[in-house]
Amino acid sequence: MREDVIDFDRLGRRIPPVSPRLIGIVLAAIAVLAVLFSTFYQVQPEAVGVVMRFGKFVRTSEPGLHAKVPFVERVQKVPVQRQLKHEFGFRTEEAAVRTRYSESDFAAESVMLTGDLNVAVVEWIVQYRVSDPYKFLFKVRNLDDTFRAMTEAVMREVVGDRTVTEVLTVGRQEIETRVVEQLQALVTQYEMGVTVDQVVLQDVNPPDPVKPSWDAVNQAQQQRDRLINEARAEYNKVVPRAKGEAEQAILQAQGYALDRVNRAQGDSARFKSLYEAYRKAPEVTRRRMHLETMERVLPLVGGKLFLDKDAKGILPLFSFDKLQGTVPGVPRGGGDQ
Amino acid sequence: MNTRLLQIAAVVLALIAFNDAFYQVNESDQVIITQFGNPIGTPVTSPGMHFKLPFIQRANRFDKRFLEWDGNPNQVPTRDKRFIWVDTYARWRIVDPLKFFQRLRDERGAQSRLDDILDGEVRNAVARYDLIEIVRSTNRNPEDVPIEAGEERVILEQIKQGRRQIHHEILERAASRMSDLGIELLDIRLKRINYVEEVQKDVFARMIAERQRIAELFRSEGEGESARIRGERERELKRIQSEAYRTAEELRGKADAQATDIYAEAHGRDADFYAFTKSLETYEKSIDPKTFFILSTDSELLKFIQRPR
Repeated sequence: MREDVIDFDRLGRRIPPVSPRLIGIVLAAIAVLAVLFSTFYQVQPEAVGVVMRFGKFVRTSEPGLHAKVPFVERVQKVPVQRQLKHEFGFRTEEAAVRTRYSESDFAAESVMLTGDLNVAVVEWIVQYRVSDPYKFLFKVRNLDDTFRAMTEAVMREVVGDRTVTEVLTVGRQEIETRVVEQLQALVTQYEMGVTVDQVVLQDVNPPDPVKPSWDAVNQAQQQRDRLINEARAEYNKVVPRAKGEAEQAILQAQGYALDRVNRAQGDSARFKSLYEAYRKAPEVTRRRMHLETMERVLPLVGGKLFLDKDAKGILPLFSFDKLQGTVPGVPRGGGDQ
Repeated sequence: MNTRLLQIAAVVLALIAFNDAFYQVNESDQVIITQFGNPIGTPVTSPGMHFKLPFIQRANRFDKRFLEWDGNPNQVPTRDKRFIWVDTYARWRIVDPLKFFQRLRDERGAQSRLDDILDGEVRNAVARYDLIEIVRSTNRNPEDVPIEAGEERVILEQIKQGRRQIHHEILERAASRMSDLGIELLDIRLKRINYVEEVQKDVFARMIAERQRIAELFRSEGEGESARIRGERERELKRIQSEAYRTAEELRGKADAQATDIYAEAHGRDADFYAFTKSLETYEKSIDPKTFFILSTDSELLKFIQRPR
């Protein structure tokens, strides 16, 4: 621990004696430096310098290196090119790829009444620029607070004219443009020397206790769409097929019609030809046709019985199942073959 | 030695006096010179370096800019007996520093006077109007208000005055009370309005009920629409099928008629002969090995079995 003890005596003794001449030179150098620093100043590219002589505004200077009267003139730099931003209802704590937001609650800023006397939680940002450095510096005290208060008042005025549904869904764009308009008018009235670039609504939500019921509405909406889609699907599954089948039935009927007419025409043509021939010798032809048919038919007949025209009461001679065999379509009747 | 000390004292005194004789007025300042506490001359408003009598006169600085006033959030009942938190802000400036100095002395005094006047006026104004008048500023064309899921048409109630009018009214009344204070009130606005806790609960309950109603509306809309589509499907099906049936049967009928005509025209030449040929055809078709014939020898075919002629 001995090393920590500082021996002031020895330290003092080490400083060499200083001549008054040296002190004079150092003081002169400091004075020159002070004058130089007070004379030249630099204005950043995004800013403009406002020069005041004894507190009186004399000129503004553009970006670059400038000189002024030392000690008499003072410069205040105003970032006119930079876009400034205010956040309402939330605060960005650290802007990065994954931006971190403050955990604190800014509900007082974001909770507002809508035109149908409901409540919405609106978070938004305002971007603005300094357009008149003179007004910006000398017309309004505590410009930031004023600007925030104005913005909140205007936002509430605009939201207060809209229904909660409008605020939460379709009305966002319009709210943004209306707020910009009204805020700009107010800024001009207050001579703040700023221009409002844009207002962007961020999260716009119903209050937390009401949220589930909003979700339920969304759900119901999807359910509705699903039901309708399902019904449409069913419709589409059945109707086009039915159309095809209908066409099929019609085509089939057309086929039938063609078939029927053609056959009729064929039959009648045949009959006509036959008739023309028949007419020449009706009696003979008739007999011939009859006999020819019999000739073709009789060999096919399963059982035959020739009976004298005077024979009577022979029917009981046949067994019943033999007779049955004559009835077509009954399989067991084959005894006569 | 003594004279040297005196000389130094004189120089120091002169320096102090010189320093006190000049005062700087900034762009945002206005100054009133007082002599032993009494205001002298007109207020100095032009920025730059100025001169006064050292020690005897004093420079009292006042801000020339628009100054802020931020109201305390106040719990106020509206005319329709709804309790709300009202938070206001105002902008004002010192237009007559002399009067201001005489009446209020400094900004602290001014703030407390502003509190008295503005809080009171805001309270009065809020109590004079229904909540809807305070929230809304214009009557929008009901056509422009989007309506959700077949909700009733007019959601937004009509208002008579509106927020802007109320701002204006508060401003006018408050400004008239401030004219003799050397203060100009530029603007006063309601910054925030919120329901007090108990009212808020009711409002949330109402919002939930409203949402549920809309959800039900959506659901029944979905069911209704899908039922309609199903009905339409049924109808289309029946229409298509029956139309096809009708067309088909018409075609068939026409064809049958045409065929009948053709047959009738042909067979009509000799109905008897037709019957004859058709019968023969039928025999040929209907006779098969299962057929059993009992033929009389008297028949056309067999008559020659017994006798040749």
